[in-house]
Amino acid sequence: MKYELVIGLETHVELSTESKIFCSCGGHSASKEPNDCVCPACSGMPGMLPVMNKRVVELAVTAGLMLNCEISRYTTFDKKNYYYPDLPCAYQITQLNHPICTNGCVTLKTSEGERDIHIKQIHMEEDAGKLVHAGKASFVDFNRTSVPLIEIVTQPDFRSAEEVLVYLNKLKSMFRSGGISECEEGAMRCDVNISVRPEGSTEFGVRTEIKNMASFEAIEKAIKYEAQRHIDALEFETEELVQETRRFDDASGKTFAMRNKETEADYRYFPDANLMPIIIDDAWLEQIKAAKPVAVDEKADAYREAGISEKEIDMLIHNHKVSKLLDDVVTLGCNAKNAAGWILTDCAGVLRKQGKLLGDLEITAEELSTIIKMVDENKVNRASGRKILTAVLEEGVDPVAYCKENELDSQVDASTIETIMDRVISENAQAVEDYRNGKVKAKQAIFGACMRELKNTADTAVIKSLLDQKLDGK
Amino acid sequence: MSLYTTQLSEQGTVAVDDMILVKGAQTGAGSHMLEGFKPLFSAEAVTRLEKSGYTISGKTHVGEFGLDLVGEFSYYNKQEGTLKGAAAELVAQGAVEAALGVDMIGAPRRAAALSGVDFLKPTYGTVSRYGIISCAASGEQLGVYAKNAEGIAEIMGVIAGYDEKDGTCLKEESYTYDAKASVTGKKVAIVKELLEKADDVTRANVNAYAEKLRANGVVVEEISLDIVDVANTTWQILMTAETCNNVSRYDGVKFGYRAKEYKNIDELYVNSRTEGFNFLTKAVILYGSDVLSKNRYDDCYGKALKVRRVVADRMAEVFARYDAVLTPACAKTAYEAYDMKDAFVKVFEESIFTAVANLIGIPALVSGGVQLMGKQFSESVLLSLAGSTERIGE
Repeated sequence: MKYELVIGLETHVELSTESKIFCSCGGHSASKEPNDCVCPACSGMPGMLPVMNKRVVELAVTAGLMLNCEISRYTTFDKKNYYYPDLPCAYQITQLNHPICTNGCVTLKTSEGERDIHIKQIHMEEDAGKLVHAGKASFVDFNRTSVPLIEIVTQPDFRSAEEVLVYLNKLKSMFRSGGISECEEGAMRCDVNISVRPEGSTEFGVRTEIKNMASFEAIEKAIKYEAQRHIDALEFETEELVQETRRFDDASGKTFAMRNKETEADYRYFPDANLMPIIIDDAWLEQIKAAKPVAVDEKADAYREAGISEKEIDMLIHNHKVSKLLDDVVTLGCNAKNAAGWILTDCAGVLRKQGKLLGDLEITAEELSTIIKMVDENKVNRASGRKILTAVLEEGVDPVAYCKENELDSQVDASTIETIMDRVISENAQAVEDYRNGKVKAKQAIFGACMRELKNTADTAVIKSLLDQKLDGK
Repeated sequence: MSLYTTQLSEQGTVAVDDMILVKGAQTGAGSHMLEGFKPLFSAEAVTRLEKSGYTISGKTHVGEFGLDLVGEFSYYNKQEGTLKGAAAELVAQGAVEAALGVDMIGAPRRAAALSGVDFLKPTYGTVSRYGIISCAASGEQLGVYAKNAEGIAEIMGVIAGYDEKDGTCLKEESYTYDAKASVTGKKVAIVKELLEKADDVTRANVNAYAEKLRANGVVVEEISLDIVDVANTTWQILMTAETCNNVSRYDGVKFGYRAKEYKNIDELYVNSRTEGFNFLTKAVILYGSDVLSKNRYDDCYGKALKVRRVVADRMAEVFARYDAVLTPACAKTAYEAYDMKDAFVKVFEESIFTAVANLIGIPALVSGGVQLMGKQFSESVLLSLAGSTERIGE
């Protein structure tokens, strides 16, 4: 008999915020030592009250918009009760009754064609801390407590491990390019709900849930193992399937039932009275929509239209910081294709010499657009522009001031150029002779000599056309 | 034996109860569970008082987590059978001008009535809850004890107002508190059902208070209000559920009491909490867990949330016709000692007078051994009514 796989996903994504969800402690990435990003609030001390981080709401809504969800205008928090030493209040603040986003859909491009995956809901919640075991003792690290997460719950729409991976990769590039999450190792964790049924059947089979997997590789392996286990159980009656929670063991590549399956936990969810309902009004929603980065696909299309090469598009959409810089520079009035060249060739070149990566680029859109405009408006030539850029990147100078100090903007009038050019031509009679005898390169040497005389400051286009006139009589 | 758990300053003029944090001063909430806990910051109300030049005299005994009505069942109060609230007694003795207390179910109001001082539980959201040992988040509120209504108005003027550290704080610009406004023509209703719950002396006291109001030009009438029992039970459900959840952080892992004997994490939890909490807290935890459990939620907690709205609507109807209601603050003027094991029942028998104000967040003022309740933000009306009786004969 042929079997069909039915999978639903719960994906936890750590949001890229500067502070935690309910206090002003730095986010997870800010911590270096255990418990160095902890305050009375996120360590559960009495007297502290949670205060909502507005940015979390905005990022969650942005994620919802990217996944075509309905955005709740009224959203509330609930408390989920359970005891564990890494959970300082013995409850987690999460959303049960009024999640922030519902009813979304995302279209996947798989080897089998296009597939729609429906999103049941997205909710906001706080992360728990971490236990560190050393011999007989266990230590608690609260750095991760109250780090903001969104959990994206899909309908059981996946039919293969491949679809799951396409989905997760899509989320990853979407969230990275959108500044929602860095999605680095451990910042994206999945619970996989899986069942198997005879092909053509509309009933669901017995479902198991594989908890808390952080790598795509593990997820793929776990799905394949678990699917085979289910099929074997149905086909060969190797075991009786029961609804349970399992964990995936990386070393053996197998899943194992987790303890205490006999009693289903009662988390005693109830509304959190310390957090007032959040009302998302039209004005706020419009503001979030306006700030929403264009979806990866749309963005790539827009870049393509602007004439940016595929290779450059690929570099841009996988680097939110860089694509945002480009978008901002374009907003400031620069041409997209030209600006992309400045960023991906000129800036990247300077960074390479410094042994840095494109992601380390530190330049404001204002600085970069100033330089690009100076060149575009012929205030300085391309070479000087590059010189200014290098100084900005290496020494953090002000582009305009640097340009002045180094006299890169000295406007050379046409008559000066002509005087100098005439002198150069007369001093290089041999080269002129060579050129006229068909040695094309000789013209380049004369051009170079002119540029040197003009201290590289004049407009190259002007020199070129004047030289054409003089040598070719054009 | 001192009424203080920790005395901070002999010159201090304001005492705070042990549910309120003062930076560096041991804060136990009356519980063994928090023995040795020293907070890293002060409650917002304490900070505001200190900034305005007041000095905190010390921390006073409270019943464990403020759960029993007069604060007798404190781990730190070894003196038995006092049956008086420590903060209220300090004010009554004139040792301090005022005191702050957390009102979660009416304990400070009852203590004030028994000690013959005033206590105001303000409108929910007007005083920051930052820095109080929170139990019943949706109805607890920090309030003020003083000798008279004017004393309360003075302290409220300092501590009330928006605080960004408390998400439930209302964003009003400022509040003014007046205990001297004219009360002529104001209308006050005596709640028949609550009057009937009190003994003869208390009833006579309420009626005498009504006479004083009438003497000041206030119209006093008797009304029937059939929701007081329901309101009490509803708050019992919400308050125990929220308390059960909020005290779950006291687990022996991070701070406070940890059992000496345990073999694993489950034993650490169970032993620490078994040894650290008193019988009353455990009863509240059990009751609260039950009303939140999957099988009971819809019938208990979920229904209580709906009933809360019904009670608010009914009270709004009353306040459309009257400026305030007048009730006893407790059933008697003096109490015989009772065993802690009876406390759970006693607490919820007695809270019938006080719970409705916590349930729907309205202001409640105890003065002259009686209670006045009004609609949201009507503190000045209540204080002026009380003030008018306090000034008789001056």
